[in-house]
Amino acid sequence: MIEIKQLYKSFEDKDVLRGINATFEAGQTNLIIGQSGSGKTVLMKCIVGLFEPTSGQILYDGRDFVSMGKKEKALLRREMGMIFQSAALFDSMSVLENVMFPLDMFSSMNLRERKQRALQCLDRVNLSDAGRKYPNEISGGMQKRVAIARAIALNPKYLFCDEPNSGLDPKTSLVIDALIHDITMEYKMTTIINTHDMNSVMGIGDSIIFIKEGLQEWTGDKTQVATSSNQALTDFIFASDLLKKARQAFV
Amino acid sequence: MTAILKPIATFGRYLQLMAKVFSRPERVRMYLKQYIREMQQLGLDSIVIVLMISFFIGAVICIQMKVNIQSPWMPRFTTGYTTREILLLEFSSSIMCLILAGKVGSNIASELGTMRVTQQIDALEIMGVNSASFLILPKIMGLVTMIPVLVTFSIAAGFGGAYAISFAGILTPEDLTYGLQHSFKVWFVWSSYIKSFVFAFIIASVSAFYGYTVEGGSVEVGKASTDSVVHCSMLILFADIFLTQILS
Repeated sequence: MIEIKQLYKSFEDKDVLRGINATFEAGQTNLIIGQSGSGKTVLMKCIVGLFEPTSGQILYDGRDFVSMGKKEKALLRREMGMIFQSAALFDSMSVLENVMFPLDMFSSMNLRERKQRALQCLDRVNLSDAGRKYPNEISGGMQKRVAIARAIALNPKYLFCDEPNSGLDPKTSLVIDALIHDITMEYKMTTIINTHDMNSVMGIGDSIIFIKEGLQEWTGDKTQVATSSNQALTDFIFASDLLKKARQAFV
Repeated sequence: MTAILKPIATFGRYLQLMAKVFSRPERVRMYLKQYIREMQQLGLDSIVIVLMISFFIGAVICIQMKVNIQSPWMPRFTTGYTTREILLLEFSSSIMCLILAGKVGSNIASELGTMRVTQQIDALEIMGVNSASFLILPKIMGLVTMIPVLVTFSIAAGFGGAYAISFAGILTPEDLTYGLQHSFKVWFVWSSYIKSFVFAFIIASVSAFYGYTVEGGSVEVGKASTDSVVHCSMLILFADIFLTQILS
């Protein structure tokens, strides 16, 4: 479980996060949604430690990440996996080497065991045959799946996904969503997903927080999002005419 | 920030990065793998250009010396002697490193810059890897290791170019050989190596600094690559003055 308490983040004189409070439970997919520029990427970067918050607490199962020393942070990071918007695979390594990388760096397994574990992870994301290929030889959807395989290689307790469906077609997005959801259940991970993909919201939104201008505007889940009376959320979710009509029919 | 404070702040950030770079590696085996890869990419892949440039410059220096210095008042070995001194003392260390600042420096800056903008460095950080050390230390060590090899090849190719000119009939190979051997001081070779070690460190660390600290997109990566070449060249020339004074 990850808890965020009174999190503030400012860049020079601009307040991007203004007192966020949230709880992300283990074994479910927790979504952070909001318009571009609302502060959701900054929030995620604060949670994973890429940005230092101005004030507030980030508790990983009760351990305050903000006040930790460098060594403790490095150890905690080994319990994290992250899937970036751009997949962020290492260009100079093959798919198999990419998945093996966290194992090479931090596990005490021998080469055979590391390779076996990496192949297991690739098999889990249905990419058993792509091990020898390089990131530039595979499609965007496959790159995302490799990123998932790399993220789960060390059996992380916390999984972070920054717009995992960005640049993917709707069908591939559904595959990625389903994969992240299944893996979350399987490994009992605390998964946080940054997204503005409505299919993800409706499909895997076990818990959703909606951020607007650095403030937590609404919290709920996928069953509540369509019927919410929060105007800002409704305007965001049902931005297109098609969705507006669908909502009217639904309500 | 004033024009004076900006370079000081940049130097401070460079020192901070170097402190991160020279910290204890997490997994030595992985660093060694990177180190070998960098020796190949930065060193071995530069041998052809070093050989070509050194051969032709060696030939040109030999012609210039023959045409402009040699006279009935000078001994016949003067051309060989001055060619050797120029190649050993300046060309194969300083000028060769200036050329490498263009090839290797831009390569390092653009590689790290691209890794930064495509979030590969963030991915390393989130895994708990000291990305600065993992990416930059093998580059510095790789280039510093390979630079004596490149300098040796450069000296040899420069002499080769001078011999090619002598076989073309501009001067006799015997006069050239005598000149190349005349009053030879082994220290000049060592001073060439010492200078090149310093220059290799400048090339790898400064270009890595510009690449690693890129913020933005492809335009900024291009700018970082250019900045790294410009600053490396300036620093090499600046350091050359001090090193020449100290080592002479």
